[in-house]
Amino acid sequence: MVTKLPKTDVVTIGVGWTGGIIAAEASKAGLKVVGLERGPNRGTANFSMKHDELRYAIRGELMQDLSRETLTFRHKSSQRALPMRQYGSFMLGNGVGGAGTHWNGMTDRYNPYDFEIRSKTIERYGEGKIADGLLIQDWGITYDEMEPYYTMFDKMAGISADETPLRGERSEPFPNPALIHGPELDLFKETTEKMGLDPFIIPAANNSQPYKNPDGQQIAACQMKGFCERFGCEYGAKASPNVTVVPTALKTGNFDLRPHSEVVEVLHKDGKATGVIYVDTRTGERFEQPAEIVAITSYTFNNNRLLLNSNLGTPYNPETGRGTVGKNYCYQVIVGTDGFFDDRKFNTAIGSGGLGATLDNFNADNFDHTDLDFLHGGTVIINQPGKRPIENNQVPPGTPKWGKEFKKQSLKYYNRLLNVHTYGAVMPHVNNYLDLDPTYKDVHGNPLIRMTFDYSETDRKRGHFLNNQTKKIMQEMGATHVSENESVEHYDITTYQATHNTGGVIMGADPETSAVNNYLQMWEADNVFVVGGSAYPHQSGYNATHTLAALAYRASEGIIKFSKDGGKLA
Amino acid sequence: MSEHDEKKLDANGSSRRKFLKNSGIAAGGVVVGGALGGLIGLNDKGGDTATKDTEPEQQDQALEYFTNRADFDLLGQATERIFPEDENGPGAIGLGVPYYIDHQLAGKWGINAKDYRQGPFFDGKHNPGGEVRLGEGQEQPNLGYQSQLKYHQVYDLGIEAIEKYSQATFNEKFTALDGEKQDEVLVALENDEVDIAGIKSSFFFNILRQSTLEGAYADPLYGGNKDMQGWKMKEYPGVQLSYTNEQVESEEFIEIKPESLHNTFFN
Repeated sequence: MVTKLPKTDVVTIGVGWTGGIIAAEASKAGLKVVGLERGPNRGTANFSMKHDELRYAIRGELMQDLSRETLTFRHKSSQRALPMRQYGSFMLGNGVGGAGTHWNGMTDRYNPYDFEIRSKTIERYGEGKIADGLLIQDWGITYDEMEPYYTMFDKMAGISADETPLRGERSEPFPNPALIHGPELDLFKETTEKMGLDPFIIPAANNSQPYKNPDGQQIAACQMKGFCERFGCEYGAKASPNVTVVPTALKTGNFDLRPHSEVVEVLHKDGKATGVIYVDTRTGERFEQPAEIVAITSYTFNNNRLLLNSNLGTPYNPETGRGTVGKNYCYQVIVGTDGFFDDRKFNTAIGSGGLGATLDNFNADNFDHTDLDFLHGGTVIINQPGKRPIENNQVPPGTPKWGKEFKKQSLKYYNRLLNVHTYGAVMPHVNNYLDLDPTYKDVHGNPLIRMTFDYSETDRKRGHFLNNQTKKIMQEMGATHVSENESVEHYDITTYQATHNTGGVIMGADPETSAVNNYLQMWEADNVFVVGGSAYPHQSGYNATHTLAALAYRASEGIIKFSKDGGKLA
Repeated sequence: MSEHDEKKLDANGSSRRKFLKNSGIAAGGVVVGGALGGLIGLNDKGGDTATKDTEPEQQDQALEYFTNRADFDLLGQATERIFPEDENGPGAIGLGVPYYIDHQLAGKWGINAKDYRQGPFFDGKHNPGGEVRLGEGQEQPNLGYQSQLKYHQVYDLGIEAIEKYSQATFNEKFTALDGEKQDEVLVALENDEVDIAGIKSSFFFNILRQSTLEGAYADPLYGGNKDMQGWKMKEYPGVQLSYTNEQVESEEFIEIKPESLHNTFFN
């Protein structure tokens, strides 16, 4: 039995960064918004015991319970996909705030090149530069059009930074100065400057000073004691939906936040959504929530899965190349170099999730690819997140991995280890996509999403290139021992790399090759907005949050406009 | 506050109330914003030496998972070879790692409570082809853990297999072997040379190694890292609620006395 509820203007499926931003903006504009979040509610008061590496970082206290739902994975279509039974390569958020509760806070704008990647590549190198099988396409929006939305997020979150060389022009300065940092970041900056590169302190959502945002929300000052990624902030010093957009939305009186509410289907008829079906995860009771506008605002995987399980949109067919939902699934190539310093010792435990130094000389099209056999690149980064002892037991190459010598070396180098790594872009490929798994089901009996993904040749080459850069930098920094380059032969789902999964419901200017327009409005159902990393036509070489948050501001504008005028916004 | 309320606090283990005593806590010279207020009892570094000098009773050093003392002793000796006592300080046994593992196996991790556990499982009888090796072992590099076994069963079978291998190879119980021979057994385990029903022996070895490190470095709350000695050896400061500007920017390494969750919030 399904209980039908009164109609609302907007329903969001998930209340993380994207759902939270839309809830705040739409409710401020006077629209009635219902936020359906399958996890629990929580806030700053729930994070006071967070200095617990085992509970949060190793066991994933704040993460989605995989016993209820996971995804399946394989490298290519000829293989049988098996379920991801445990966490590895990425962590899925759960609860009010979503992954925005336990992100690190690194806030990167994508490069102007990203938004027009196909046009700009052809313009500079000719069409032959784009390898066979790559589905590189423009985003249907330019950096200049994105800029105001990036700035809205910067101000809402109180982003702390000074300058960002080799990135797009900014219309306004950062609202807060960069975080202070330790000597390891100075070493990186001095070394890379000598190498002729352009390092800078990465913009962080971990506020460098107390900050009141334009909505009147107070964000505290970062205390530099680590425990950010995989943890909530017990000071409310890291911008998260919980301390910003969710209270802003609630303050309007127009936002009805419903935790423990898991959406299982988007209802639609004749190219128009009518609402959603959700389950109260405490009682099992089913509800229909009718809505004028449905905003699908969960993580990449669930955005895709909901559409496919609801038969909304046209599924991508890798054989014919037709259809869009599930297309252009991407990730990143994440490689790096450990440096072991015999003559220096750092306070490794001190830091902040968003704290790091970075450079973009090897990112996007900031360097000449004429003689290279790949496109794009990646950001090169040294972070100072406050390293934790269970996860950090690196030893120089050749050291045994257990026993007396291991213990000795792992103790010695805990405070003498630095790492320089990259978030390398991944280019979309015809063979990489998301669809429904034919075998495995979630707790409700609905099919899991199936990921078919591996690096293509161009990703491997980019990975090797970037790993050579990180190694060279680490050697120049004066490390006594330097780790070997990492393998980028095949994507490894078992080892944590980054929660930067993208694509499947991609944006663009053409309904034949994209699922949503540049307002994140579905081509095939104009009162449905699908917002998140799912909209990225390729994955760039940056941290992924800022762009999906900016897109949520863009989508909010579209939703408000649509609520008045209706019709296709682009 | 009524007398009744005071008693309730005592029952919660709070010997003293420690609300925000030090409102001037700062980083970068900046006072913490309002969100902290009333949430956190700050660590009282002044301490009560009389309490701290008294060795607390280790009531948690008893078994909630293992039923056979011999299994527990074998486990302890294996972890000690992985993380041995040396001039830096205690090894796995001295740190309480075997108790840590026992407690974990009795809890939700031991029954893989947050893992996806629906079938079908692939156990070697199915081979669909392709490059991904299905069923030859459970630690296929690109597909992760696929065994039907829960971790407590992995430990049961792993310990049984170590003992059997020791008997077959050295005609001795594992716990009767000298350190070198114990290492030989562990090397065999690591190299997939020990038969364990349902899994490759390297999988058990890796999980044993990981559990050992967890027990050495997790908060003492979990039964290992006794007296924060794991953190002390590693010069890791544990639970610190704030670092100052000077600490963050210091060119020289600063020694910081570690604190635990118990010390910080419940002492």
